[in-house]
Amino acid sequence: MSTATLIEPPAFEPPVVRLSGVTKEYPGGVAALRGVDLTVERGELLAIVGPSGSGKSTLLHIVGTLDLPTAGSVTIAGHDAAALSDRRLSALRAQHIGFVFQAFHLVPGMSAQDNVAEGLLYSGLPRAERRKRAARALERVGLGDRMKHRPHELSGGQKQRVAIARAVVGEPDLLLADEPTGALDSASGEAVMELIHELNQEGATIAVITHDTEIAARLPRQVRIRDGRVVEDSGPRGPLGSGRGAPGAAEGCGPETAPLPGEVR
Amino acid sequence: MSGRPVLRPARLGPRDILHTGASGMRSRPMRVVLSALGIAIGIATMIAVVGISASSKEQLLRELDKLGTNMLVVTPGTDLLTGKSVPMPKDAAGRVARITGVQHVGATGSVPATVRRSEKIPDTITGGIQVQAATDELLTTLRGTMRTGTFLNSATGKYPSVVLGDVAAGRLGITSPGQRVFIGGQYFTVLGILDPLPLAPDIARSALVGWDVATGRLGFDGRPTAVYERSADASVDRVHDLIPRTVSPRTPRDVGVSDPSAGLQAKAATEGAFSSLLLGLGGVALLVGGVGVANTMIISVLERRYEIGLRRSIGATRGQIRGQFVTESLLLSGLGGAAGIVLGGAATAVYAVSSGIPWVIPAWAVAGGFGATLAIGTVAGLYPAVRASRLSPTLALHSA
Repeated sequence: MSTATLIEPPAFEPPVVRLSGVTKEYPGGVAALRGVDLTVERGELLAIVGPSGSGKSTLLHIVGTLDLPTAGSVTIAGHDAAALSDRRLSALRAQHIGFVFQAFHLVPGMSAQDNVAEGLLYSGLPRAERRKRAARALERVGLGDRMKHRPHELSGGQKQRVAIARAVVGEPDLLLADEPTGALDSASGEAVMELIHELNQEGATIAVITHDTEIAARLPRQVRIRDGRVVEDSGPRGPLGSGRGAPGAAEGCGPETAPLPGEVR
Repeated sequence: MSGRPVLRPARLGPRDILHTGASGMRSRPMRVVLSALGIAIGIATMIAVVGISASSKEQLLRELDKLGTNMLVVTPGTDLLTGKSVPMPKDAAGRVARITGVQHVGATGSVPATVRRSEKIPDTITGGIQVQAATDELLTTLRGTMRTGTFLNSATGKYPSVVLGDVAAGRLGITSPGQRVFIGGQYFTVLGILDPLPLAPDIARSALVGWDVATGRLGFDGRPTAVYERSADASVDRVHDLIPRTVSPRTPRDVGVSDPSAGLQAKAATEGAFSSLLLGLGGVALLVGGVGVANTMIISVLERRYEIGLRRSIGATRGQIRGQFVTESLLLSGLGGAAGIVLGGAATAVYAVSSGIPWVIPAWAVAGGFGATLAIGTVAGLYPAVRASRLSPTLALHSA
């Protein structure tokens, strides 16, 4: 594959997420994360799964650059988070990361379209363009007929789909979904997971943070967290994984093969 | 990594800044009203205080304008040696009229008689009303107007007829021309009643009779006690200098010349100086309003942790969060200020209409009041805004 190696370096994109040795300790000596290594390649769909208190929320914050680790390095879309000022981290979030929260966090009293357009507020796009893209994103999540509805006029599932539209409207390199189905009934949750799968098939890189092993099991890759450590990683094998997974697999293989036996959760 | 484009947060346009600043207000309109109310009351007080003083002053200035500042009064001076009043010559009015630039001359002279409603009233009860002889041109010179009836003229001035000042008419109980009053042993028919004369307030308490009747029937010596003179504006100073020498060439310093409009001007100046006590009260209200806005903002920041976290997660910088809350505070106090200006203007209007004076709100008061609210808004919003921007975005998103 000499030709491939010649072509690949320029075409090679850094992984969307690369954590190495990430440790997060809170004042008082409580360690939420203890040396986490995690690489997420472009186009992956993975579950970060663990019981409450396992550190998965902290992991979400660190991957989302909402918080910085006390040790280790975090690289998001090629940017070293530790080297960036708060302003630049904000810009990184605006341009590269989308968030979906369990509690939706929609702005009350604002139409669905405006709520989605809010996701582009800090992108520098003009208002008309933001609204146009918001309309497109709402149509994408199947709410083209709910543009003018306000959050209180929407069902839980619809709210979460609006929140997802808000997160993807900026076409981020990484979509972080924190318990996206946690506040939904099973049917709505099903539809939301369906949507997440579809978005992934269209090329989005998505990390779903959940405590629900059932949901996690249906995603292509599971990263299990317990007591601040990655105890199992089924390794990158997203839709693009076969060709490009090779370099990532070298890192991912270790944890994938190591633990298993006792890990049922 | 080196090849990556530098991350630079986008700037928000003015419209977006307003939009984010107003987002908190949209969701809680009642709180907006209440917290803006304090500011509104403060500004309204200040605007009303300034507006009412300015309106009163404007009223006086307009009156002055109407009455003119080109009138002089010539009165007998006092002799330096004896300290007694030096009477003016009988033809003093005629002499003043001959000065170049003098347009109108009127004169009054004290008549040693009393005026009573009828002969049945004892002559010791004068009601403080003096009888004065008046020349025909007196009313024109004073720019006075009749409340009712007519003034004396060269014909009626020869017969027992009288014109009453408004206060005198009230004390005598005269309401219309044709009634009679008892002066110096005979009845005089009332010709008319004067409106108040701001430039010659003593005439309001006088009964004016004709010069000829006064000398013929009431024992008047014919010497004027006051000569009123009106000249062109430009020649007032020159006329002022010429009067003493003209009236009394030998002893010019025994003639007093005064400008009655000077008193009105001084009054206008004091009316314009609004009460600093009331203004201070408005200032305190404004301060309390500012504290109210700051309080509202702090609560708003606490309540909206999630929104702040959300905004941080979708890419707002700390500066943009600060800007949002300062903008909100500015909008709150700006609304209060605008409402206060309207309220203060309305209060002034009510006062002006009820007391019949013109409605004036000085532009500097409006600009100053609004400027003060914006300053207060900035100060009140700064601390909550800084607090909001320092909130950890993760804390803001933790659970719901």
